[in-house]
Amino acid sequence: MILETREIGKSFGSVLALRGVSMRVEPGSVTCVLGDNGAGKSTLIKILSGVHRHDSGEYLLDGVPTVLDSPRQALDLGIATVFQDLAMIPLMSVWRNFFLGSEPRRSLGRFDVAAARRIAREELRAMGIDIRDVDQPVGTLSGGERQSVAIARAVYLGAKILILDEPTSALGVKQAGVVLRYIVRARQRGLGVVFITHNPHHAYPVGDRFLLLNRGVSLGEYAKEEIALQELTTLMAGGAELEQLEHELRSQ
Amino acid sequence: MAWRGGFAVTVAAPADERLARAGVLRRLLIRPELGAVVGALVVFAFFATQSPVFRSVDGVANWLDPAATLGIMAVAVALLMIGGEFDLSAGVLTGTSGLVLVTLATRYGLNVWLAMAAGLVVALAVGLVNGLVVTRTRLPSFIVTLGTFLMLQGVNLGVTKALTGTVQVSGLARADGYEVARAIFGGTIVIGGTPFRVAILWWIGLTVLATWVLMRTRAGNWIFAVGGNDQAARAVGVPAARVKIGLFMTTAVAAWLVGSMMALRYTSVQANIGIGQEFIYIIAAVIGGCLLTGGYGSAIGAAIGAVIFGMADKGIVFLGWDADWFKFFLGAMLLLATLANRLVRRYAEQVRH
Repeated sequence: MILETREIGKSFGSVLALRGVSMRVEPGSVTCVLGDNGAGKSTLIKILSGVHRHDSGEYLLDGVPTVLDSPRQALDLGIATVFQDLAMIPLMSVWRNFFLGSEPRRSLGRFDVAAARRIAREELRAMGIDIRDVDQPVGTLSGGERQSVAIARAVYLGAKILILDEPTSALGVKQAGVVLRYIVRARQRGLGVVFITHNPHHAYPVGDRFLLLNRGVSLGEYAKEEIALQELTTLMAGGAELEQLEHELRSQ
Repeated sequence: MAWRGGFAVTVAAPADERLARAGVLRRLLIRPELGAVVGALVVFAFFATQSPVFRSVDGVANWLDPAATLGIMAVAVALLMIGGEFDLSAGVLTGTSGLVLVTLATRYGLNVWLAMAAGLVVALAVGLVNGLVVTRTRLPSFIVTLGTFLMLQGVNLGVTKALTGTVQVSGLARADGYEVARAIFGGTIVIGGTPFRVAILWWIGLTVLATWVLMRTRAGNWIFAVGGNDQAARAVGVPAARVKIGLFMTTAVAAWLVGSMMALRYTSVQANIGIGQEFIYIIAAVIGGCLLTGGYGSAIGAAIGAVIFGMADKGIVFLGWDADWFKFFLGAMLLLATLANRLVRRYAEQVRH
C-alpha cells in the first residue's frame, strides 16, 4: 500500500497547524518526518492515523482519496500508529497489551488466552525482542522495550503502514539504537514506516526519504541520496540560528 | 520473515532461565486479591477462636448472608473501578429499584415479575445516564454520580411520601407472583440441614461470571485497558465510551438485583434504604485489591472483601460487643488492606530487576 498526501492542511480555529504538506510512504521504506517542537509533526501524524480529519489537500491510499473518521478505521485499513506516551498500558501484562483491541477469539466471545500468550512470546522472539516473561506488566519494561513491543505488535497485526511518533526521543543512546533496529526490521518485512523525530542522527541511518517541517509548512521532501546528514541537521535547526548561537556561547 | 532466524535462537535459552528465577512467589504475590485473602483468614481466625457459634455451620450461613448482598454489589463496583470509574449512586439505586418494585406491585396491581422488569428498566436508565454523562462530559464520575446519588435520594423520599404519606411502601406479599419470585431471589435453600440464603448462590455465581469476563473475554481486556489508560486504549481501537457505559449499566443491574432481593425478602422498602452503602461497596473492592486510580483489581478480591465485612458485621454481634465497633473495624481493615496491597505490589515490582 502506498500512502500519499498532497498539499494537506489542518487548522484549529484561527491557528493554521499545518499547510500544504506533501509526502509519500512506500512499502519497504522509511519516511522520516523531521521538525522542531511546534513544527506540525504531531498534527500530521494525527491526520495520517485518523485522529484528526484534514481540511485541505488530499490524503491518498493506493491512489484513492480517503477521509479517515477514526483511529479504528485507520487500523482496519492497515495503518497502525505507535504514539509516544500512550503506546502501552502499564498495569497490563505484555501479552494482554500485545493483543489489545485485536484479541484472538474463540466461540462465545472468549478471549483465546493460551493462543495470545503463545503468539506474543513467539512474535517478540521473532523480532529479536528479549522479554523475559510475557506475563510481566508492561510498566516493568524499559521505554525502549515498550516501543519495541508496540512495533512488534503492529507488525504482527498486519499493519501495512506503521507510524511511529517520536519513538526514540525519551530514550538513551543504547535504547534508541535498539528501537532503530526494529524500525529496520519492520521495513525489511515490507512495511511502509513513517518515523517522526526531531533528531536527524536517529533519522538519517534508517530513513529512505526525509520530510522537513517548520512552523506547519514543509521545507521539502528529500530522498536519501539528495541530502547529507549535515545538510539535514542544518535545514532542520535553521542553520543560521545555530551558528549564531554557537558564536554567542563561545564569546561568553 | 527472512530475519526470523539466528536472533531468536540466541535469546531463547537465557529468557527461560531468568523466568525460572523470577519464581512462583512473585506470581502469587502479584495477585491483587492476596491482601484480602490474608485479611479474611486473620478475621476468621480471630472470631472463630472466640465464638463457637461463629465457626459453626449455622454461624457461617449467618455471616455469609450480609457478605452475599454486599458482595454482589462489591463485585460490580470492582469491575467499574477497574474500568477507572466510581458509582456513588449504586447504594441508593438499590432502594430505588426496590421502591419501584413494591410500589408498582402493591399500588398499581402489577404482577411481581412485571414490576421487577420495570425496576430493571429504571435501573438501566440510571446506569445509562451515569455512563453517558461521564463519557460525554469527561467530568469525574465521582462528581457525576454524587449528583445522581443526591437526586435519587430526593426522588426516593419525595415520591414515596407523595404516594403513601409515609416513608415506606409495604405489602408485597399479597402481590401476584410473589411466592415464586421470593423463592428465586429472596428465599433460602437447605444444604446439609442448614438453611442458606439463596443470595449466597447468586453472589458466588456472579463472582465467577465477573472473574471469567475479566480474565477470559475480550470485554475483560478492554475493562482493564480503559481503566489503565483510556486514551491508549482508544488509540488501538477499544471503544472506551461503550465499555464504561456498559460498566455503569452493569453496576445498575447489580443494584436492581440486590434491591429486588431485599424487597422480596422483607416485603417492604424504606425510602431511605441504601444510603451510605456506596462507600462500603467501594471499600470492599479496595480491600479486594482494586486501585482507586483504575486499571487494576479483581472480582474475587472484592467478593472476599465482602466476606470480611460479613464476618465482622455478625462476629461483633456473636461476641456480644457493641455494634458501634463495626465502623472502627471497617476503617482499620481498609487502612491495613490498602497498605498491605501497596507493599505487596512494590515487592512484586522489585523482584523483576
